[in-house]
Amino acid sequence: MTASVSIDKMGIRFGSVQVLPEVSLEVGAGECFGLVGESGSGKSTVLRCLSLLLDNWSGEARIGGTSVRALDVMTRCRTVQMVFQDPYGSLHPRHSVRSTLSQPLAIHKLDAVEDRMAQAMTDVGLPLDFLDRYPHQLSGGQRQRVAIARALILEPQVLLLDEPTSALDVSVQAEILNLLQRLRAEKGFTYLMVSHDLAVVDHMCDRFAVMQAGNIVDILPRDAIVGNDARHPYAHELIAASLRYERAL
Amino acid sequence: MAQTNPILTVKNLSVRYGANAEPAVRNLSLSLGRERLGIVGESGSGKSTVGRAILRLLPRAQVTAEQMQFEEIDLSTASERQMLAVRGRRMTMILQDPKFSLNPIQRVGAQVAEAYRTHFRCSKAVARAKSVAMLEAVQIRDPERVYDLYPHEVSGGMGQRIMIAMMLLTDPDLVIADEPTSALDVTVRLNVLNILDGLVRDKGIGLITISHDLNLVRNFCDRVLIMYAGQVVEELAAKDLDRATHPYTRGLLAAQPRIGGTRQPLPVLERQSEWKTAGGAVS
Repeated sequence: MTASVSIDKMGIRFGSVQVLPEVSLEVGAGECFGLVGESGSGKSTVLRCLSLLLDNWSGEARIGGTSVRALDVMTRCRTVQMVFQDPYGSLHPRHSVRSTLSQPLAIHKLDAVEDRMAQAMTDVGLPLDFLDRYPHQLSGGQRQRVAIARALILEPQVLLLDEPTSALDVSVQAEILNLLQRLRAEKGFTYLMVSHDLAVVDHMCDRFAVMQAGNIVDILPRDAIVGNDARHPYAHELIAASLRYERAL
Repeated sequence: MAQTNPILTVKNLSVRYGANAEPAVRNLSLSLGRERLGIVGESGSGKSTVGRAILRLLPRAQVTAEQMQFEEIDLSTASERQMLAVRGRRMTMILQDPKFSLNPIQRVGAQVAEAYRTHFRCSKAVARAKSVAMLEAVQIRDPERVYDLYPHEVSGGMGQRIMIAMMLLTDPDLVIADEPTSALDVTVRLNVLNILDGLVRDKGIGLITISHDLNLVRNFCDRVLIMYAGQVVEELAAKDLDRATHPYTRGLLAAQPRIGGTRQPLPVLERQSEWKTAGGAVS
């Protein structure tokens, strides 16, 4: 159930703007890898390219040794899934939780639909009768749990997390982070997680990459945050600003 | 700080939206001198509603209060005409996201100057000079050039500083900052907050910062109100935030991941129903 991720010279331009010049990184199987940087630095674009939500990029990306472009769409969806930032935007407002969760199962012609839905709901800690609710009947944290259940239900190996908690309150963020940690321990997922909050990265990730203007300027272990061991000036400044903000210094 | 002569006194403010059974704000009291007050709470706790009720920006909600006094003006009875002379002049509000709060099809300088010309009779040239000086005060380099830019041509941090310039230009006595930096990157967040903080202190402005961010209020406020479900559950000096006694405040503090933390599962807030009834009035 685990797979490594390897990105080699990924590049993309939107019109005349080179958003990612050339990004390379390696994520080990079962690792939680963070991507940090300011808004517009291309963090989310890396995830969108890797999941082929954007496909006009150059370079190569492999999951478990296989190129993502070589995977047919059904296999790809069962290998890599994504959780988006804003649970208010990422769930269809007129679909119940049941229909949100059952559609991927129907598309992939999986059996034991009820059991799988029940398992996914239990995994994310939601009561089963929530299956018949609509997004507007759920709180922000519950919606994000549904979004995670939707990602889990096809039993992927890699989860791409695009700021999974930045739209949530700290108390709800704690619940979701605990849930993500528990799922990784239980199911051995590989996480690639975008965040702007270094405290979240420090809590969740083993290593992280600092991005600036589409480039990875530094790849650091989690322990580099607390003593600010970054070598690159921008990474150093970013960590210093976060530490000042936390008053951890 | 100057508690003897408050700028703003609110007693038992309640706000109810439409036909909702539960009021969004219940029996909130506060008194503000020339100091920096933080209001913290989760989304839906009513903290932004308090700010909007003080500025009388809730025409459709039922707002009741025993007392709402801003300097010599009784906010609960003031006419809209009176409010127009106060709002944006003596009482201003800094909003969350410059991308949505600035007019996208007007040059930023013109928007700053308009805020001034709405309240002071002067020539365009004078308003422009005042605006440029204010842009300089919020540490915008080359303010003459920035004056003529459109909002999409400035960065988020610069946009927020332009909003701060606009809101401080009329020399207000009270500024309400509603999540002033939550749309900004952490590298520029401190810079913007330091600029706001410096100006507010220099001019002796009363500042209410509304935020969900405990770190922010800890560093940039003197006093903090913690709101839960429309009520104030605790009031603390910002420096004593770590010594909070209310289980809700303690739960919020504990739920924050910290750099260099243990990576153990974070303590999750167990909400108690009695929090909704206990407390409320804080002097």
